[in-house]
Formats: sequence, structure tokens, C-alpha cells
Amino acid sequence: METQVRLTKLAKCAGCGAKVGAGTLVHLLDGFKTHKDPNLIVGYDRSDDASVYVLDEERALVQTTDFFPPIVDDPYLYGQIAAANALSDVYAMGGTPKLALNLLCIPESMDRETVTEILRGGYDKVYEAGAIISGGHTVHGAEPLYGLAVSGFVHPQKVRTNSGARPGDVLLLTKPLGVGVLTTAAKAEMVETEVMQRIYRQMATLNRRAAEIMQNFDVHSCTDVTGFALLGHSYEMAQGSGCTLHINVGSVPYHKEAYALAEMGLIPAGAYRNREYAEAGVSVVNKSITRATQDLLYDPQTSGGLLIAVNGRDAGGLLRALRDEIPAASEIGYVTEQTDASVMLE
Amino acid sequence: MKKIDARGLSCPEPVILTRNALASGDSSYEIIVDNNASKENVTRFAEHQGYKVQIAEENGEFTLSLQK
Repeated sequence: METQVRLTKLAKCAGCGAKVGAGTLVHLLDGFKTHKDPNLIVGYDRSDDASVYVLDEERALVQTTDFFPPIVDDPYLYGQIAAANALSDVYAMGGTPKLALNLLCIPESMDRETVTEILRGGYDKVYEAGAIISGGHTVHGAEPLYGLAVSGFVHPQKVRTNSGARPGDVLLLTKPLGVGVLTTAAKAEMVETEVMQRIYRQMATLNRRAAEIMQNFDVHSCTDVTGFALLGHSYEMAQGSGCTLHINVGSVPYHKEAYALAEMGLIPAGAYRNREYAEAGVSVVNKSITRATQDLLYDPQTSGGLLIAVNGRDAGGLLRALRDEIPAASEIGYVTEQTDASVMLE
Repeated sequence: MKKIDARGLSCPEPVILTRNALASGDSSYEIIVDNNASKENVTRFAEHQGYKVQIAEENGEFTLSLQK
């Protein structure tokens, strides 16, 4: 769809590439006085996807928020992608989204139709997730921003944090990497339209089915791969779990077109921030792993897939079940006791 | 020598400016950027196009000298 304004021209960074680096975030929260509540089982003290508050024996409340600048020029698609990305944090905790609130910032000059289309994209995607947008808040600002605050529910015994991985687990990833590189290159008009259509469809795809399918298996840990990239999120999972994650780099799914573009330097600034954050904990064991491949592993993903650590005995069954509906789902590594590096690239 | 000032720009703009400038086919260029990501990206783009890149840093700004 052609629009009068090129939405992505209004934004300096694209999508989750705009995210403040994990290293910076940790320092922002340094020395922060936090308050304890026994029912708050996942909160500030953990680098997790969402907070979880136990209501009773059967139910816990999951809350999360996410918003970012336009990653695509089509406002309806932008709304859908921003919503899928915000909802994903609830899925990554093993939960089901129920209510959402719009968070919108628009330049005063933006035409009404564009604003309506962004909101309609968000509304439709949230409804597809089985939840409802019940309101929101809109302000004026120089760059557009859109996202959601989402509330959902999870059984307190079925919360899947990013710190539960155990030795013997197998690692699965449900969406291919390369989204950050491709959206950066698209701004330079160096990617074919049909490739970007595929990328936009992927970003607008909910992690709902992956989350539902994993309920039937012995999953120990889960997180969604977004702004901090596969390696940033793997590093957090390894640190939180007190384990080492071994990534078999050759089996990590990525969009082939992204590789050549990474070689040419079409790499979002967020990838460099992610490298700075995680590099000290990452050991490149296999020396044939190229720089461009590493860039894809550090590439910030918008509305990326789930990284799942599943009991080794259940890995084959979960992978088969995922692949029936999500062909890109792949086994990408395994978990061991902690070694001298948090993440090993093999 | 052609000079390109890409200060104040974020990716991928410095790479686009470099690509457009390199289309003239000269043997040397000088590109100024002011952030690490742009320095890395422009260097990789230029090297990919067959240029040797020398980098000088001063006050947080990087001058990239491209030579073929």
C-alpha cells in the first residue's frame, strides 16, 4: 500500500533496533531501591520479558510493555508488527494475553488516516491473539512511536522465565534471524520488495502457536528474541540459569539475503550495542564462524521468535510439533553446566 | 580526493552516501563519521568494494581514508 508519508523516514532507528542497550539498561537500574512483594515472582531484579504477579493458586497476572518507531512504511502493517512484538513477551512467559492498552506518539503533522491505520493494525492483531485493546494514551512528539501495554494470565506453576534452563536441555528457535539487517538495508533501498514482504509477514506473525504448543512439553525456560538479538538473549538466559548455552551456529535459521548485506556493512547500530553487551560472555569456539554470521547472531530482531530450552527427552517431540505449523523452527544447541563462557558458538 | 561528511547521520545513511560517492570510481576518498556503528559499517562497505581503509580518530570523530 502506498502512503503519502514514508513512515520509516520519520524514524532514526527501526523497530527494536531503537532499544536501549542491555548494558546501558543494567546501569540505569543500578542502585535503584526496589520494594519486595511475595506475590511478585518475576520483577525488577530479573532481566525477564514480563513481570508476573500471583493472584491465587490458579492464576498469575503477566504484564509487559513494548513500543518502537516505524519499521515499515505501511501504517496498518506497522500497527500489526508493533502489537505482535508487544504480545510476544506474554507468550514468552508461557501466558495468554487478555487486555492491551495503546501507547502512541505521533507528530502533529501526521494525517488522520495514517494514525487510524496504525491503531487498526494493532487492534486487529490483538484481537487475533484472543485479547482486546481497551484504551490507551496518545501524545505528540517528533518521531512516531507505537506499541502496547499488555496484561495476560498464566498458571503460577507454568511460568516460563528466561532463567530456568538446565543442563541437558535442548535449545529451539522458532523464527529465522536477519530482520534488523534487512530492515536497515531496506531503508537504503537495497532489498527486493518480495523479500521484505516475507520479512514483514514474519514480524506480524504471533508467537501464539509456538507458546501454545510448548505447553504440552517439559519446557524449562523461554524468552523471545528481540532487540538484544539471539546472543544478547542467550547471554541473559545463561546468566539467569547459571548454565552455559552452546549454539550450533550452522543450524541457526536466518534469511539468506541478510548475509551478503551484513558483509557489506548494512548493520543496525543496535547490533554493535548487543556485541558490546554480550561479547565478554561469548566464546567463538568454532573459528570458521565468519564475522557476517556473528553480525546476524547480534542482529536486533523485531517481533522475533521464541528461544526455548526444553528437557532433552522432549526436544524431538516439541520440534516435530512446532514444525507441523512453523516450518522454520529449528534445534540450535544445548545447555550444560556452567563453563568459562556463558555462550559458546560451535 | 573526494570528501564525504557523514557526521550526525545514523545507519544506513553513511553507507548510502559512501555507496553513492564511490559510484564516481575514484581511487581515494575521505569519509568522516561520528559514531562507532557508522565507522564499522562504512569500513566494511568500502573493503567489500575493494578499498583499503585507514582510520584516524579525533574527539570522537573518525576520518576514514579509502585507497584503491
